[in-house]
This record gives sequence, structure tokens and C-alpha cells, in this order.
Amino acid sequence: MKFTLHTAAVLTSLAIALPLAAAANPILDGYKAEIKGTFTVAAGEKLYKTVGPNQLSCASCHTDSPKNVGKHAKTNKTIEPLAPSVNAKRFTDAANVEKWFKRNCNDALGRACTTQEKGDFMTYVLSVK
Amino acid sequence: MRLSTVLTTALIGFSTLTAWADGKGITPLLPKMETECSSCHIAYRPNFLPKSSWQQVMASLDKHYGTDASLPAADTKEIADWLNTVALDVGEAPPNNRITQAFWFTRKHGTNHVKANVWQRASVKSRSNCQACHVNADKGDFNEHNIRIPR
Repeated sequence: MKFTLHTAAVLTSLAIALPLAAAANPILDGYKAEIKGTFTVAAGEKLYKTVGPNQLSCASCHTDSPKNVGKHAKTNKTIEPLAPSVNAKRFTDAANVEKWFKRNCNDALGRACTTQEKGDFMTYVLSVK
Repeated sequence: MRLSTVLTTALIGFSTLTAWADGKGITPLLPKMETECSSCHIAYRPNFLPKSSWQQVMASLDKHYGTDASLPAADTKEIADWLNTVALDVGEAPPNNRITQAFWFTRKHGTNHVKANVWQRASVKSRSNCQACHVNADKGDFNEHNIRIPR
């Protein structure tokens, strides 16, 4: 009886912990460590929809949901979904992530994104299932 | 510059471009160039712009026709160096270094070839969207027999 309960407790803990560990993203962890702060889905979602000085937002190309296939606002080029839940390659290459943050924050916000913003943004996009 | 020199240069450049455009030997693209330069549009062919235009494009990627297309310095250099070797040194740089404003482009896409309203179609949207009509543009094939203008 005790043995069964103990096993169940271990298994349940693993069932909770393992998905959380699996969902950990080294790039996001890096941002967290850098500013020792917290990121929220709400802040990320707000940023995603913010229209900047160039009349552009993230949504202008990536659509209302990062799960959707997007389209470049000027060239019509198809953009693969941003959410890792749909596109497993996303947010796995740190250099690629930095390259696109640099470009797209300049375009959408007219300036570089802060680490706080990058973290919030990633937290939101990674949460979209 | 003497008119005859200008005309000769333009004609050589024009005929080189059109001969190549008919599929007589498609220069393979530097893989990095193809990858990076097809992020937002097809990787335009090196022969679409003269060397001087490419140099200016690569020196101003953060102000790339209204957007920030910047790359890490090493990648920029690699692509710029390659373009410097394969691009032609003929012809004048088009206004704003825009392929769509080059003499040969406006000749080939004038209203006698392409109706004016085509560019407004959602499926086309822009003259810079080669792929909309040139179905194999991403493979460097601009043969006029492989064109399909969408509705």
C-alpha cells in the first residue's frame, strides 16, 4: 500500500516536472539570468500587438496569432509560424533569434528591444498552443 | 561620357542580361547569400544590378528599402565579397539601386507586356515580387516561357 502510494507520488511529480523541464528554453533562460527578472505572457502579448512609429507591429507580418502562417507586409513572402508549438525549429538557434530581434524590433518599435521585452515576447510566443 | 559609349555599355549589359534571362547558364548562388537574401523576398540574381549598386546595398543593410535587414558583420562581408566577384561592372546604377527601376526591367515589364492593373492584384502586390509571375524565380529561371500572371 505504502509502496504504491510512494510510487504514485514520484510518478505524479515527474509528470508535472518533466513537461516543465522539457519546455525550458535555453535562450529564454539566458535572458532570465541576464536581468534576474520575471517575464509574463501578458506583457509579451501586449508587445506583440503594439503598433510602432512605422505603423508596423509584430502582428503585421506574423498575423494575430503566432500559430498562423504569416506574410511579409511588403513582399508577400510566406512566413512560417512563429510558435514552437506549431513550428519546432523556432527559438532554437540563438544567433538567428538575435538577428531577427535586431531587425524586427527596429522595424516594429523603431528601436532595439530590451532584454525584458525579448523575454516577455518569447514567453508569450512559447505559451501559444 | 560620349553617347556612343553609353549606348554600347547599355546594349552589352542589356543583351547579356536578356541572353542570361533566357536560361543560358544560371549562376549558382553563394549558399549563404541565397539563405539570407531570401528571408523576405527571393534571392535576386547578382546580374540584376551592377557591382556598384550591390556594394551600396551591402553597405546599408540596416536601411534596406525601408526595413532593417542587417546581418552579422562576417556574413555581410562574405556575401558582399562574393557579389563583388560575380556581379557585372556594366551599366549605370538604377535610381535608388532599385532593380525595378533599371532600364531593362522597365522595358520588359512595360504596359505593352504587363497591364497596369496587374501590380495592384493581391496575388502580385509589387514589381519586386518576381515569384508572383516568374514561377521559377527562386531557382534563377526567368525564361519568358515560364511566366504565369495570376488573377
